[in-house]
Parts: sequence; C-alpha cells; structure tokens
Amino acid sequence: MLGFLDIIERSDGPVIHFESVTKTYPNQSRPALESVDLDVEKGEFVFLVGPSGSGKSTFLRLILREERPTDGRIYVAGRDLARLTTWKVPQLRRRIGCVFQDFRLLPGKNVYQNIAFALEVIGKPRRFIRKVVPEVIDLVGLEGKGDRMPDELSGGEQQRVAMARAFVNRPMILLADEPTGNIDPATSIGIMKVLDRINRTGTTVVMATHDAAIVDSMRKRVIELEYGKVVRDQSRGVYGQAY
Amino acid sequence: MHEPAGTCRAGEDKQGISQMRAQFVFGEVWVGLRRNLTMTVALIVVVAISLSLLGTGLLVVKQVNHTRALWQSKVELSIFLCDNNPLTAQCTKTGAATSAQTALIESTLRKLPQVVSVTYRSQPQNLAQFRKEFAYDPVFVSSVLPGDIPASFQVKLKNAQADAGIVSQAVTGMPGVDSVGNDSTILTNFYKLLDGARNAVIVVAIILIIAAILLVANTIRLSAFNRRRETAIMRLVGASNFYVQLPFLVEGMIAGLFGWLIAVGLLVGAKAGLDGFQSYFPFRAQLSLSDLVEVVIVTMVIGLLLCGATSFLTLRRYLRV
Repeated sequence: MLGFLDIIERSDGPVIHFESVTKTYPNQSRPALESVDLDVEKGEFVFLVGPSGSGKSTFLRLILREERPTDGRIYVAGRDLARLTTWKVPQLRRRIGCVFQDFRLLPGKNVYQNIAFALEVIGKPRRFIRKVVPEVIDLVGLEGKGDRMPDELSGGEQQRVAMARAFVNRPMILLADEPTGNIDPATSIGIMKVLDRINRTGTTVVMATHDAAIVDSMRKRVIELEYGKVVRDQSRGVYGQAY
Repeated sequence: MHEPAGTCRAGEDKQGISQMRAQFVFGEVWVGLRRNLTMTVALIVVVAISLSLLGTGLLVVKQVNHTRALWQSKVELSIFLCDNNPLTAQCTKTGAATSAQTALIESTLRKLPQVVSVTYRSQPQNLAQFRKEFAYDPVFVSSVLPGDIPASFQVKLKNAQADAGIVSQAVTGMPGVDSVGNDSTILTNFYKLLDGARNAVIVVAIILIIAAILLVANTIRLSAFNRRRETAIMRLVGASNFYVQLPFLVEGMIAGLFGWLIAVGLLVGAKAGLDGFQSYFPFRAQLSLSDLVEVVIVTMVIGLLLCGATSFLTLRRYLRV
C-alpha cells in the first residue's frame, strides 16, 4: 500500500489523464463516451456539464474503475487503471472521495458514526478516527451536530455529512455527481463553499452538474460533454450559451 | 496535504488497528445474525441435523467395521469328519474316517496358503463346546446325545469371507469328510443389514448437507442484501474485499459452529444408542471415546468448511468490486 502511495505522491503529471477513451455499454450501439482526451491537473476544480446521458456519470465511474473503458487508456495519479489489479482497486478508491445527489448516508448511524464508518472499514485506528472526525465535521460546518441522525438533518446538512465522509481520508481527488441536485439554490451556495474549501486544501475536485447558476458564479474550468464527446473545455468558463 | 495522517506511524498503532478490526467485524457479524434471526436459526438447525446425521453415519461405519473385525476373528470353518453314526450319503459310502484319512485331511488343510491354523476337536470336545454354547437351553442340550456331534477340524482363515469357498472345495469329497460348516454364511445377512443401515444414514446426511449448503448460501445472500447500503459505501471508500466479506464469512462460520455444537450433543446421544444396541449381541464391539472424538472433529471440520466455503462463494457472486 505504501508503495502505491509513493507513486501518487511523487507523480508530477496530471491527476486524471484520459487518452482517447471510449466506453460502450453492452447492448448499446452508441458509446457513452467517445474518444475523450483530457487532463485534469493536481488541485484543479472542474465542472463537468452536459445534458442527461451525455456521459458525465460514465466519466466519473471510469475514474473510480467501477467501469473499464472499451478503448483508450485512463491514468489516475499516474497509474494506468487498465493495469491495476482487482485487489488494488480499493487502494485507488481510498485516494478518491465521492459525493452523490442522494447523499448515501447510513440511516442507522449518526453523523459522527457515518463519517467514522469510512475510516473503520479501511482499518484506521480508533485514536486516529477520534481525532480527525471532529475536525472534518467542523470543516463542513456541522459543529455540534455529530450525534444527529441523518433523518434529523436538512438535505443540505446531509450533503455536508456526505462531503465530510468523502474528505475525511484526505483524498487527492473528490468526485461529486450532482451534489446540489436535491438541494435548493440558497443551500447549494453553502455546499459549494465547502467544496471550494476542500479544493483549497489541494484536493482536485471534479463536479458533474446541471446547475448553471453555480457554474457561472464559480468561474472554474468547465468541460462540456454531448453525446459522449467533449464539445467544450474552457478554463474560467460558464455553463453555456445553449442553455 | 496528501500525507495520509496516521498510517505511517505504524508501530504504535498496529495494536489499535487489529483491535479496531476485530471490534468492527464482530459488531457487523452481530448485526447480521440478529437482522435475519429466523434464517440464522433455520441455518443452525439444519447444520446441526445434517452434521449429526453425517456424524452418526461415520459412527455407524466405525461400528460396522469394528463389529465385522471382531466377529470375523472368531469365525471358523468346521470340517466335520465321518464317524460311526453316518448321517450323510458321503459318510454312508466311506464309513468312519480312518486315522490315515484324518491325517491326510489335516495335511491337505495345512498346505493351503489361505489357512492360518488347524485345530483337531475330538467328539467329546465338540460335545462339551456345544453344551457350553447352548447352556441357556437345557432342553436342547439334553436332546443331543454323545456321538451325535462328529469330530472336526476347526480352521481359521486369513480372510474368512473370501477364502471359505476355496478351502471348503479343497476338502469336500475327500474320504472321511462329512460336511463343511461355515460360520460366516450366518453373518452375511447380518452384515447386509448393518451396511444397509449405514448407507441409509449417509444418504440422508448427504441430502441434508446439500440442503444446508443451499441454506447457507441463501442466508448469506439475504444478509448481503440487508446490508447492501453498507457494503456499497464500503466499496466506495476503498474497503478491501477481505474487509467487506469477512463479516459475512464469520457470520456463516458462527452459524456453522453453533450447529456443530448442537450436533456434538446429538452425536454423544447417538453413541450411547449404538452402545445400547450392543447388549443384543454375544460379543460387545463398543466404540471407544477416541472414535467419538474423531467423528466430532471430522464433523466440525466439515461443518466449518461447508459454511465458510459456501459463504465465500456466495459473496464472490454478490459482493463484487
């Protein structure tokens, strides 16, 4: 495991590197992604925009190696995912945090336990967990709410818990799939502030979204997908004229 | 910033990690067993019954072999010699065996490679033996007169069942030989009964073991389904396969262990039953305690393997990375 971390820590190239990646799902004629070439540098904040079915989720799933590309190569932290053995996949995922539209919290555990769970299952010592979980609860702005159950929290607060869980192991990449999709615009601003804070610690953030207001206000790099192809890649971009 | 805080100071944290793991795994196991209690109970019962039947089958196998060995060592071939009181056509023709004929018969027997020992029993010796064996039936004993039972050669064979035919053929028809009696023909039917009982127990045990395997698979599948949220998150945050699967594996094995414990109780009962059965026979072929312990250990290994392997294979299908 430490060997793998060494490689990550030493690599100077892009954090995410796609080389003419094509993904066609079985029994589908049109590819979900088609010859995608792109680099995401360390510490970048990237918006992934495009209509439903344009390949945003496939892009994220490929980075996590939940899917394998039909063609092309993907490097995450300098590692060729095609050459990553199955038993090393968990170690890749430890370096990638994930946030979803539907939060995916465990309903039977409180805020603290939900975050601690992510560390418990990768075998972190209890002393370490006791130290970092409160820190990250503060970071996402949930001070004093560690013992609340998920159903006692608002949508925005639940998403903060999910972000805390994704960030607690200090991943080098944070993938967010429509994190504001279930949240009203006012609350979304708070969510984006947390993502920005996480980004400032050096974590690369890739966020798939439909939320034009957010993309426009953040002025970050925007990658637009359409029918599985990159149609726009713009630094300090906006959501797009077409919408 | 990407320093994975806490992972590098390995020395002082190692104990903490293993403690954490054990606590986590057993916490998960407890939750899993409690959540589908009915399935767990059903699983324990089926494992208990199938293991105890299998164990009983093994005990019966041992008992049958034991009994067979004990009885076979006592089985003899009796070559009865003609006397002055001929009962068969053969003896009527040749008359009482002369000492020359008797000597020839004896040397013929001794030359056969299948024969272990040959003992001559005179008429009075055979009568005394007869009176001893049937002492419980005085009426029968008194109806047999001296001279009714001829003298004989008692032949012990290397393999009582296989060699009996060859040896009896070699002497049948020789002048002076009346008839050949074989104890093991009486036993053949008895052995068939024992073998049949053993096979029946084993067949039922195998059917139940198949049922147990299916039940283990189903219980683990249900358990995995119940905790699909947890396992999805575990996979997402990079828990190793081992970590994701271990609670389920331990769950299956613990159910197997409980089933086995119940089976041990039933097996002790089964052995007592087999011992009680012995009182119907003149020769006791009781199984020793070490036989029981051996069977108990074999069933434990089979039980744990059955539960562990089934859980593992089920999980490979349902908890893929």
